[in-house]
Amino acid sequence: MDARLLVDHIPSLRRYARALTGNAWAADDLVQDTLERACSKWRLWVVGSDLRAWLFTVMHNIFASQVRRTPPPHAVVPLDDATHELHGGIDPGSDQGTGLDLQRCLLQLPEEQRAVLLLVTLEDMSYAEVAKVLGIPAGTVMSRLSRARVRLQELLDGATAPHRPGLRRLK
Amino acid sequence: MNRPAPPSRDITDDELHALVDGQLAPDRRSAVEEALAHDPAMAAKVAAWHTQRDALRRLHGELLHDPVPAPLTSALDRHLPRQARRSSWMRWGGMAAGVLVAFAAGWLGNAQWSASRSPAAVLAKAPAMREFVHDASIAHVVYAPEKRHPVEVAASEQQHLVQWLSKRLDRPLKVPDLSTLGYTLVGGRLLPGETGARAQFMFEDAVGERVTLYIGTLDARAAGSPPDALKETAFRFASEGPVPSFYWVDQGFGYAVAGKLPRDVLLKLATLAYRDLS
Repeated sequence: MDARLLVDHIPSLRRYARALTGNAWAADDLVQDTLERACSKWRLWVVGSDLRAWLFTVMHNIFASQVRRTPPPHAVVPLDDATHELHGGIDPGSDQGTGLDLQRCLLQLPEEQRAVLLLVTLEDMSYAEVAKVLGIPAGTVMSRLSRARVRLQELLDGATAPHRPGLRRLK
Repeated sequence: MNRPAPPSRDITDDELHALVDGQLAPDRRSAVEEALAHDPAMAAKVAAWHTQRDALRRLHGELLHDPVPAPLTSALDRHLPRQARRSSWMRWGGMAAGVLVAFAAGWLGNAQWSASRSPAAVLAKAPAMREFVHDASIAHVVYAPEKRHPVEVAASEQQHLVQWLSKRLDRPLKVPDLSTLGYTLVGGRLLPGETGARAQFMFEDAVGERVTLYIGTLDARAAGSPPDALKETAFRFASEGPVPSFYWVDQGFGYAVAGKLPRDVLLKLATLAYRDLS
């Protein structure tokens, strides 16, 4: 095989992993594990088939097993909040700030919804490709996508609204 | 409203998602757009999803252009030559490895730092190093904006500064000369670190832009890493702290050059510091 084929996909794997985990170190660890797994299972890739889809499948399987092993997904949140505060302190109102809000809200989505939303938007994958990568039926892709978009919108609207705990509405 | 009932009842949510994602079948497109024109609520929903999609596509976009960290390319490097031999094109295997080394070296910005990449791979997971780089970044954002007390000992007492910090870090230190890039020494300070004393030297250019060099011992055993993992590493870039930094390890000693500067400028400064210190 040609290493350069794989190398071309590293930047998009890194971006997806970063958005999925919300943590730069965890993301690069995930990419590294993916590359190592891909190298050792290289013969499972059917030459001529979509390499990108295969790599994302490998990454998804690793991520899913990590999530199963480490149940508290919110363990990363405090760190991100800390980073967020520091960023806000230096450069308030910059685009960076909204990016961090977006990332924070993304992390509040269930993993399976986050994965669908990111593969569709960041990676521009077709719904059929997403179904294949995640190993789920096409109908499930659509329902997860729908729930992810609606929920993320609610979270974003909540994040940008002024924080007034007294006025929070209870369902 | 005297308009006929909007045709939006025939439109499913799936079709709206497909419209937003550019995956709608061409023959449905005009029907969906027509429905949107008559249904402001539906149009608002689609507009919000469009905005959300655009925002997501900008998220971490810099990673598509940033150089790939060396440990990731070395992950390939370790595995691929062997794979290549197995698949019986041994002759090309060496070449692929060569291309990969050249690639990695290019990414590092300078071939001289491409040595010992294997420890660097370990390093990516070493908590001690993460913490060191993070501390460097924090120390930068805490002290760099200071107007009156950016340093404990000013550059006017450089000799005293160096002697003092060398004594506290138990190692002869040196202040790198960054003047060829327009940065002069402001001074330095002593800081606490996880494994003992750390030093910060601050530099400033003509317009007051500041860059800091953070130095300290890394205890490989405390970090749970293999003993020689932290002795010496490649030059690496970290962007996850509040300010980015370039860092490296030399003989068990960590160095991080941090600043709110473009990556290439920071690389030049770090390169100069590295050369001057070694």
